[in-house]
Amino acid sequence: MSTTQYWPQGTVYGTLLNFKAERAEMAAQMTEPPHKTPPQAPVLFIKTANTFNTSGSTVQVPAKVLEIEIGATFGMIIGRNKAVAQSNRAQAAPENIANQVAGFVLMNDLSIPHASFFRPPVKFKCLDGFLGVGPQLVPTELAGDPALFKLEVRINGVLKQTIDFSTLHRDALTLLGDVNEFMTLQAGDVLMLGCDAGRPLAKVGDCIDISAPGFPAFGTLSHTLVPEGQFFDGPPLEKLAPSGGSEAHAVASVGATYL
Amino acid sequence: MKQARVVYAGVIHDAVESDGQLLLADGRRVAPDAVVWLPPLAPVPQARTILALGLNYADHAKELEFKAPSEPLVFVKGEASLIGHRAFTHRPTGVTFMHYECELAAVIGKTAKHVKVSGAYDFIAGYTVANDYAIRDYLENWYRPNLRVKNRDTCTPLGPWLVDAADIDDPMALALQTTVNGKVTQSGNTADMIFNVPFLIEYFSGFMTLQPGDLILTGTPDGVVDCQPGDVIVTEIEHVGALINTIDTL
Repeated sequence: MSTTQYWPQGTVYGTLLNFKAERAEMAAQMTEPPHKTPPQAPVLFIKTANTFNTSGSTVQVPAKVLEIEIGATFGMIIGRNKAVAQSNRAQAAPENIANQVAGFVLMNDLSIPHASFFRPPVKFKCLDGFLGVGPQLVPTELAGDPALFKLEVRINGVLKQTIDFSTLHRDALTLLGDVNEFMTLQAGDVLMLGCDAGRPLAKVGDCIDISAPGFPAFGTLSHTLVPEGQFFDGPPLEKLAPSGGSEAHAVASVGATYL
Repeated sequence: MKQARVVYAGVIHDAVESDGQLLLADGRRVAPDAVVWLPPLAPVPQARTILALGLNYADHAKELEFKAPSEPLVFVKGEASLIGHRAFTHRPTGVTFMHYECELAAVIGKTAKHVKVSGAYDFIAGYTVANDYAIRDYLENWYRPNLRVKNRDTCTPLGPWLVDAADIDDPMALALQTTVNGKVTQSGNTADMIFNVPFLIEYFSGFMTLQPGDLILTGTPDGVVDCQPGDVIVTEIEHVGALINTIDTL
């Protein structure tokens, strides 16, 4: 397996309310204004490219923000057989959906804590460095069934959260299929499976480690929180970015490296 | 200069407008209807950030029964939703309200972080026209407008041209209009934006770094109507261009 740090080649989509405990916690609010009704389609958001942040780097915390929320999850990476949208029902069959997944990677979907989910969370989730990207893409055939995945979150070495991916509201392939119903995911795009309830908070000076017990191939995703103004100490972005143009980048780089 | 990105004879070309024709980078001149138009954007090394404004014209906010926002209402789009000039946008079967949104799109020209309003125009490479379709049947009150409404395949035509920023005297005083099958259904002026382009550059670059090729779609004024398969929608902005799109079904 390559030891090169994985780097997202396409658009990274995140999912809100995809854990049963997270939905249970929100159940009373779901029928109140402004939401009025529980969500029907997957609730998605985008982590823009400025958020991508390699493992071992720092995350800058804005001066007026006391704590940030840790969103440990897995990113599901779309492969060469990109996910086809509503145009073709046959493509959405479960076995075809599985064929679209190149692999999985640890991710840390950091947020400034926010109580309202009515409007898109851009100013809470799209700050520079606010998506921790795990070191290793683990191909689907090695990763196995994502329902068996578990994650542990440690702050300064102390276990703060354990996440069991058998408790998803939509399992990984159902989620992908329901997203496919309205948009095509491109090769290289990433769909994060969601973050469970009980997301830990961390502050400047804290070291966050995310790992997958039983799955050492994923490695450990580590970040240190620093005050705004201190710079990243991870690899320079230009060394990680692909050299090709946008038409070629997704298929070529994912295909060559990970399939 | 008006720049385009087109497919001609099986190859992608950069081109510029020249006396009503397209002048390809290799010197050939071709007719506008002899090419397939792509979004007028050079490739970028990683996912392009596309920020889009909701309710950024007071009249449109009123039309949708919302109070004008006190800070920008922004959502993010994936690059895969973009299509070019003269392309086709799919209307799903069974929906009742699918509408265009004619929007001035600003294209970032250099890395922008903590930019102030006073210097914001220096960070813009140019402007193009976006048609940010919405299918209101799919609206849900979770991260609204949700991606099922706003991030569908083929639902963000962009183009035809990227017009150099230097060629637009005042981007905050441009007439815009939309026609459906030749009939004017939407008209407005970029002067009526609630949050203008320099403000938006300062606002976004205050918490996120924008890169060359990133886009800000600045919202749409009053006057959106339902579009049916076969309808030809022309979203036009003074000095920037007329973006043609046709609705179809799959």
